[in-house]
Amino acid sequence: MKVLVALSGGVDSSVAAAELLAAGHEVVGITMRLWGGESDTGCCSIADVDDARRVAQQLGIDHLVFNFTDDFEQHVVTPYVDAHRVGLTPNPCIECNRHIKFHRLSERADLLGFDAVATGHHATVVERDGKCWVGRGHDAAKDQSYVVHMLTGIDLARTLFPIGAMTKAQVRERAAALGLRTAAKPDSQDVCFITDHGGRAAFLGERIEFRRARVVDSEGSVVGEVPAVEMVTLGQRRGLHLPGGGPKQYVVHIDPAPTVMVGDEALLQREAMTVRDVVWVNDPPRNGAEMRVQCSAHGATTAATLTADDFGGTSCEVRWHAPQRRVAPGQSVVFYDPTDAFVLGGGIAV
Amino acid sequence: MAGFTYLDHAATTPMRAEAVAAMLPFLTERFANPSGSHRFARATRQAVDEARDVVAEVLGCGPGEVVFTGSGTEADNTAVLGSLAVRPGAVAVCPAAEHHAVLECVHKVDGVVVPTTATGAVDLAALAAALDALDGRPVVVSVMTVNNEVGTVNDIAAVATVVRRHAPKAVLHTDAVQAASWLDLRTITPHVDFLSLSAHKFGGPKGVGVLFARNSVAFRPLLIGGGQERERRSGTHNVAGIVALAEALRLTDVERVDEVARLRHLRDALVDGIIDALPGVRETVGRAHKVAGSAHLCIEGIENEALLYMLDEAAVCASAASACAAGAMEPSHVLAAMGVPTALAVGSLRLTLGHTTTAADVERGVEAVVAAVRRLRRPT
Repeated sequence: MKVLVALSGGVDSSVAAAELLAAGHEVVGITMRLWGGESDTGCCSIADVDDARRVAQQLGIDHLVFNFTDDFEQHVVTPYVDAHRVGLTPNPCIECNRHIKFHRLSERADLLGFDAVATGHHATVVERDGKCWVGRGHDAAKDQSYVVHMLTGIDLARTLFPIGAMTKAQVRERAAALGLRTAAKPDSQDVCFITDHGGRAAFLGERIEFRRARVVDSEGSVVGEVPAVEMVTLGQRRGLHLPGGGPKQYVVHIDPAPTVMVGDEALLQREAMTVRDVVWVNDPPRNGAEMRVQCSAHGATTAATLTADDFGGTSCEVRWHAPQRRVAPGQSVVFYDPTDAFVLGGGIAV
Repeated sequence: MAGFTYLDHAATTPMRAEAVAAMLPFLTERFANPSGSHRFARATRQAVDEARDVVAEVLGCGPGEVVFTGSGTEADNTAVLGSLAVRPGAVAVCPAAEHHAVLECVHKVDGVVVPTTATGAVDLAALAAALDALDGRPVVVSVMTVNNEVGTVNDIAAVATVVRRHAPKAVLHTDAVQAASWLDLRTITPHVDFLSLSAHKFGGPKGVGVLFARNSVAFRPLLIGGGQERERRSGTHNVAGIVALAEALRLTDVERVDEVARLRHLRDALVDGIIDALPGVRETVGRAHKVAGSAHLCIEGIENEALLYMLDEAAVCASAASACAAGAMEPSHVLAAMGVPTALAVGSLRLTLGHTTTAADVERGVEAVVAAVRRLRRPT
């Protein structure tokens, strides 16, 4: 096949390209320029593009750079800022995968006559009942099926995850054996457009006028103040500067008006959860279907039942087998099959 | 380059065989440092001096006004920043479509960027108004002779007239890096105080340039040290590069009239061939405003990143706008300055011809562009 592989300049995508070559594919490497601003750990710093190009040279494949900065600004950065403005906790990496890596890039690959797009994600494509599903990466600690959950069966028919069945240690060993310059490069961390020194506060502070908010208890009495309601996350316990003593206090409600309500952990417990903007990998499961639900990138899964659906629209409700702490609105929620092996679909917590 | 169709001469043009031959002795047996005091040194010094005479003849200036630099960018930086440095309170002024080598200097010193017309030429009325607004402050004006992206020629004589009238004490620089193959530089030099050239744009090697610096006009060198080039550009001479630059410039000048006619004909065939075969393609700038070797098109319904990939696959070397440090296509500041809508600018394509271009190149270029655009426009 003719495969376009996304090279970030990291070890995973370097080895992904090498694996594709070893499997006999015709391979072209592409690095996406996504963020034009300041970056230190991100996937589009110039040093990382250099690494991607040098790896391509080592492997003897062509390397291109596509400029998707406008798309990234429109589909990832602006929604990220807007979400914070209204008190949500967004996951920009998932929106980048959805809109850029597996939409904009696939579209471009299609236009240029490629048969498939490959990335260095720790995920697999599994076949069940003649259909393709996103399966877990074989390295449980590095599994990234959560962040690529939005791929549908149709997308997956032309998507390759060449290192999904390898552990991270195997990936590094393979890179070292091939003499790839990225073999010992540290993994990238966090959001590419947020710098270590400034953090989220500096990034958002330049784009949002932060509003001070009073902090009230569940009775409505004012117990403190936070300098920026936009920086508060549901379920947060630290950094609220509340008076000591008494039971631990959690953020149980954020009113972007702006008020932050704190209370006991019990106030966060929920029997069920509504999820919006749901994408099912293949046909939607029937009402009453059992599933495992994962609510953070490397979190554990929890058993739940699909209890209400709105398949004409894109929302659904799942009922937990045992009460769970509420998921911060804006977070991605991913549904796995009852054996926890592959993704059924996912959406965003309401 | 066997098997390749090279239509990217504005990025760089292949070295002339005569220029390669001229430089080789200085990479081997004639290795001496021209600033030395022995006979080997004197021989290489003579080669640099003779090269300077050749350049001065083509520019129509005195040999003492020719400063060899390490690049066109260095020449541009020296002219703009070096002139500002010896004129306290001076303001830099340039049009919005300048090359980054000038534009970034002007941005760095918070200078004035004046608009261009729809062809990408400096808007002379706006330039006059900007100079009037500076109200007698010392000024350093930089206006390119030929635009590197769209090929538009600025009338430097007219620019000079405006500058002398509205800012009599101004320093005027022109970046003529894209001009040498197409225009008689002797008609440009008399109007300016500084002029920049780059060898690899006219068949010389990369890594060597020229700054014409009028004798009477002071500037501060960018590089200080051993005092080479009459203390205007320190650093051991790139003897091989300088000798090759001079030989390439001499041949370019000798052949210019015939080459311009030949390449104008080929450029017209290239542009007409594409436009006749494809709807929704327009020339960004009318040919009357451009140099003979430049074709610049805006193609509806495609993105140039995809088009360049397809052309690369077909072994046709072309370009769009300039690339960023990471190698990605940047939105063109030139097209933005000209007021070309973004939707059209993303479909821009630059094809540039030079001394090695043949009719067969043009034929293959037309064929490849037409096939690629048809394929990219196909509904998916």
